[in-house]
Amino acid sequence: MELGQLFLELGGVIFLLALVGRAAGRLGITPIPLYLLAGIALGALMSLGNAPEEFIHTGAEIGAVLLLFTLGLEYTSEELSSNLRANRQIGLIDLALNFTPGLIAGFLLGFTPMAAVLLGGVTYLTSSGIASKILRDLGRLGNRETPVILAVCVIEDVVMAAYLPVVAALLIGGTLVAVGVNLLVALAAFGLAFFLALRYGHVLSRVMNVPSDEALLLGVLGLVLIVAGVADLLKVSAAIGAFLVGIALSGEVAERARRQVEPLRDLFAAVFFVFFGLQLNLAEVPAVLLPAIVLTLITGATKFTVGWLGAARAGVQLRGRFRAGTTLIPRGEFSILIAGLGLSLAPSLGPLAAVYVLLTAILGPVLSRFDAQLAPLLERKKPEHKVPAPGQISR
Amino acid sequence: MVKLDETSLPGVGLRYDFDGKFGKRVGVITHRDGRRELFVSLREDPDSCAQSIVLDEAESEVVADLLGGSTVTRRVAQSMQDIEGLAMDWLPLADSTPFHGQPLGSTMLRTRTGASIVAIMRGGGAIPAPGPEFTLRAGDIVVVVGTAEGVTRAARLLNGEPEVKAARAEKALAETP
Repeated sequence: MELGQLFLELGGVIFLLALVGRAAGRLGITPIPLYLLAGIALGALMSLGNAPEEFIHTGAEIGAVLLLFTLGLEYTSEELSSNLRANRQIGLIDLALNFTPGLIAGFLLGFTPMAAVLLGGVTYLTSSGIASKILRDLGRLGNRETPVILAVCVIEDVVMAAYLPVVAALLIGGTLVAVGVNLLVALAAFGLAFFLALRYGHVLSRVMNVPSDEALLLGVLGLVLIVAGVADLLKVSAAIGAFLVGIALSGEVAERARRQVEPLRDLFAAVFFVFFGLQLNLAEVPAVLLPAIVLTLITGATKFTVGWLGAARAGVQLRGRFRAGTTLIPRGEFSILIAGLGLSLAPSLGPLAAVYVLLTAILGPVLSRFDAQLAPLLERKKPEHKVPAPGQISR
Repeated sequence: MVKLDETSLPGVGLRYDFDGKFGKRVGVITHRDGRRELFVSLREDPDSCAQSIVLDEAESEVVADLLGGSTVTRRVAQSMQDIEGLAMDWLPLADSTPFHGQPLGSTMLRTRTGASIVAIMRGGGAIPAPGPEFTLRAGDIVVVVGTAEGVTRAARLLNGEPEVKAARAEKALAETP
């Protein structure tokens, strides 16, 4: 293909994304669902040539790697370990309440067990990107429920870091023994890398922290891609390799790397969502609409419960509990990432995840914005619930 | 004494807050990138922020100076007037100090001893009202104000030496009117 035509088509796609991003900013919602829609629309309306498709595919893979890398950068290893200890309980409740509905829905929809496990992952993971965007945009970082929201996100991210290699090992398939061996190798590699990242991250941070911004960007990017590549060859999932590099880097170098890599991540993450949309067949959407709506309602309620309980435990009042619950509802980048693994297993998994992410990513932020109006509705119901309580105590 | 709560916000930084006497919660978020966010809660919803102000590093230094500076002047003035029970001392940081290269805030001096650091003498000059991020060096002279007991404990804390403790205690007591 001519270079000019390639540039024209890529430029067109990226420019479309810019318009979509501006629209999202105007509406005050996150652009993720709109990127997906743009991808679906592109796939339906015009067919890109092979060269742009290939570029977008590679770009999407880099996007997934960079998404997880910057996520890892956000956390220091101390934060991870102290959070895991302090919030185990709410983390387990979260896992039980939000993984199960997806798993069951998968079986009800007639998916293979593997695809059902993937759907469980899709419904489990709150989008920490969308959640932190809500917190920042609405100036809620100082709120009392905010640590609860962040803690749930942190735990989910760690669970995902263990979940992805396991799924990757299971996806290879083969005989029971082969699967077992793959699983062991994946878990051992992940455990070792996680341990090394926690233990020797500071050494790596020192070595990587060069004064030149340019050398830092290239060094960090190179390291991330190398580790991601090795992880992929070991079948541990490239994204998790990148996540661990992010966790290992801390302090000044993490802060600088984040500033340098973020623009790149924004570009490639947008490409990642478009690519996912491109792969979907518009004709399959109506069939998954009803399951997606039901799943949104159920897992919206279960996520809300997790936030509510967590905030209540932290001594937060009604409105804060409501905010914590609703901020956790949106699913996003990780759900898409997981659904992307199973596109060949169950053709309807992709469209289902896309519609589901679309619905939750809109529902959560909107509900969260109206805490002052909506939370009192729950309060009025409360005394009715509480009426039998004194009787129970006297018994 | 104000009861300050410290909460870690993963991916953001640290949050410090307390219940203000005027009936609202007041706090500061120290972002990882050096920005500071000052917030005050809503009266009818104490869990949320009614208003938050984001300050960059230079701005937050100015605000800290404005808030802390007046305390320093007041304290120094007080010590000049020989208020009973108030001690002031110049404490040199020995080479063996555990706080060489550490930010001043990490000494937690105020919380642990009740004494306040009002200035640092370094290289012949004085740095009045250093902020919590000010980096201490061995050889600095730390000007501390507090009760005689507090100043003694501050000397012990800053140098971590038992011998210093006794010597300083006598000196501090001697200087107390």
